[in-house]
Amino acid sequence: MSDDFRTCPVTGFKVHLPAERLIKVNAVTAVVALLVGAIMALLVALTRWETVHLLRPLDYYKFLTLHGWNMLGFWIIFFEVAVLYFAGAIMLNSRLASPKLGWLAYALMLVGAAGTNITVLMNPAKNAIMFTSYVPLKATPGYYLSVILFAVGALLAVFNFLATLYIARKERTYRGSLPLVVFGALTAAIIAVSTLLFGAAALVPTLFWSMGISPTWDALTYRIVFWAFGHPSQQINVAAMIAIWYLLAYLTVGGTTISEKFSRLAFLFYILFINIASAHHLLVDPGVSSAWKIWNTSYAMYLAVLASMMHAFAVPAAIEVAQRRKGFNRGLFEWLWKAPWKNPSFSALILSIVIFGFLGGISGVIQGTEQLNIRFHNTLAVPGHFHGTVAGGTTLAFMGITYYVLPLIFRREVVGKSLAVYQPWIFGIGIALVSIGMQGAGLYGVPRRHADITSFGGSVFAFDYDPTAYFWLSLLGIGGILAFTGALLFVLIAVATLIKGRRL
Amino acid sequence: MSVAPPQGVWWKERTPREEKLWVAIALVWAIVMFVMMPLWHIYGKQNPSTETYRVSPEEYVRLTQEFIEKYKVGEENGVPVVEPPPGSDVYLLGRQFSWEPIIRLKKGETYRLHLSSADVLHGFSVYPMNINFMVIPGYDYVLTVTPTQAGVYSVVCNEYCGLGHQVMVGKIIVVE
Repeated sequence: MSDDFRTCPVTGFKVHLPAERLIKVNAVTAVVALLVGAIMALLVALTRWETVHLLRPLDYYKFLTLHGWNMLGFWIIFFEVAVLYFAGAIMLNSRLASPKLGWLAYALMLVGAAGTNITVLMNPAKNAIMFTSYVPLKATPGYYLSVILFAVGALLAVFNFLATLYIARKERTYRGSLPLVVFGALTAAIIAVSTLLFGAAALVPTLFWSMGISPTWDALTYRIVFWAFGHPSQQINVAAMIAIWYLLAYLTVGGTTISEKFSRLAFLFYILFINIASAHHLLVDPGVSSAWKIWNTSYAMYLAVLASMMHAFAVPAAIEVAQRRKGFNRGLFEWLWKAPWKNPSFSALILSIVIFGFLGGISGVIQGTEQLNIRFHNTLAVPGHFHGTVAGGTTLAFMGITYYVLPLIFRREVVGKSLAVYQPWIFGIGIALVSIGMQGAGLYGVPRRHADITSFGGSVFAFDYDPTAYFWLSLLGIGGILAFTGALLFVLIAVATLIKGRRL
Repeated sequence: MSVAPPQGVWWKERTPREEKLWVAIALVWAIVMFVMMPLWHIYGKQNPSTETYRVSPEEYVRLTQEFIEKYKVGEENGVPVVEPPPGSDVYLLGRQFSWEPIIRLKKGETYRLHLSSADVLHGFSVYPMNINFMVIPGYDYVLTVTPTQAGVYSVVCNEYCGLGHQVMVGKIIVVE
């Protein structure tokens, strides 16, 4: 049994080698998905930038569908599986419950991810139906089957993590309570279980319908069930991202939360309150009552937002306290100026917090208001919101932790460190421009998922949007190019490190 | 420590004063927002409509056709133009990939605008007002509207509805 372990010379963790192999393979696959998604992102952004208007409608819808799946689905979830195995096995000095199950989960996810890409690329006329896959728009069975396989694989990975927590406790590999980062990962895992089950409830009947076995189902019911999967799946990302924030605060400056109690309570709030927020997708739908809309979109008294506010205090406070302990006490902000800004993980952490909070979080609360949603629903402002949260927040945090995963897990010295210093800034500023550009254009009513707002495919009823909207769309295009450059740089540094990095 | 099990009885530790203050401010703000939501719903005038009826797509297409026959005053590029009397029920049908009919309304008069779909989901987005509602097959969504400004308004589909989604534009005309 002990042959299966090595001791990390830096952290002192007992590293379970089969778990480490699974972390590596999931992380590498995640980065491949990120690259594919980023190329598609560039194509899509250059189409929405009306001056360039790159793609014809069919290609635009095809790449937009796959950009959504590769980014929101595959890049993030493969990476999160790696995070779960790291938090469950390595941080608790435990073995992974079942490496075999881990490989099965990985195989299912890989087949599902590849299948989704292939079915949409091969048959875009039928399968380019967007991430949301709203019925009664019908794709081929292969598309739904691929997505379901991916989700089943992800669910098995989550169970493997939960089982690992159980055996770690039983085999006494650690004493006392779970470390905070593992607690955050557990929060993500709990939300993931309910989310993925709702995903099955939405997509399995849809699969049978597309096979001609069962009748179509009510379009509004699908929307309700889908969003119990669609939005909470992003709450998994929020919980995982914040767990990574705490981890990065520790790794970059040695910061730890000033109150275990509050940080954990905030994670608990997410589990209890954040999922009901998915109702905000239905604020301008027929058939749901105002009382239902108001209650659900209040996040139960905004307690989920309160949780984010608590983390937004705790993580910077952890950094400040650690810095002050090192003697950076001059003035109010010496601790911040003297922070390790040359460390890309630190700048990624700070940018992730700022972009997530100010561009993603605030826009989310605004758009999720019953009356204001009339002005935002299905406009570009909606993707503007979630590019702030998922791309600016989660993706940037995951990029930041990768600069530690490379030396600690892959045991390679990061190649191109001088470039890596700028990478989070290029990506972060790019994504911030994308988010701002989208939100600006959305205010002028520019729709999301629309291939041609200039000539409307030659429609006789074509009209002109306010010229200001085109300014915001240009900002989105320029931001898209920057963000793509940042993402490409990240992938290149990671790949070069795996191939050429000095073995540690 | 974030990466190691916390030592001692962490749930009984005293919380720092700054953190307590921050949470108190955030909690007050959360409660204000929470109270504002229902208050604004009751006293504000911008609530999304909740008047909805079940209707099969076939039935809704029939209702729209009857409505067009009754009030048709002309045609524009092959799409019928209707001019319903003030106070009446107005039917707008979304289908892949058009809005039917073109509706002419009188400024300052009130109408009951029905929205539904003959096939898949569509999005009803009025430019330049930037007002957005979902159009769902099987549901007749009724908005009570009183246009306050004369002009030509475009109706854009803003829910992806298939490969011709981008050509789906309609029109509402408001006359003095």
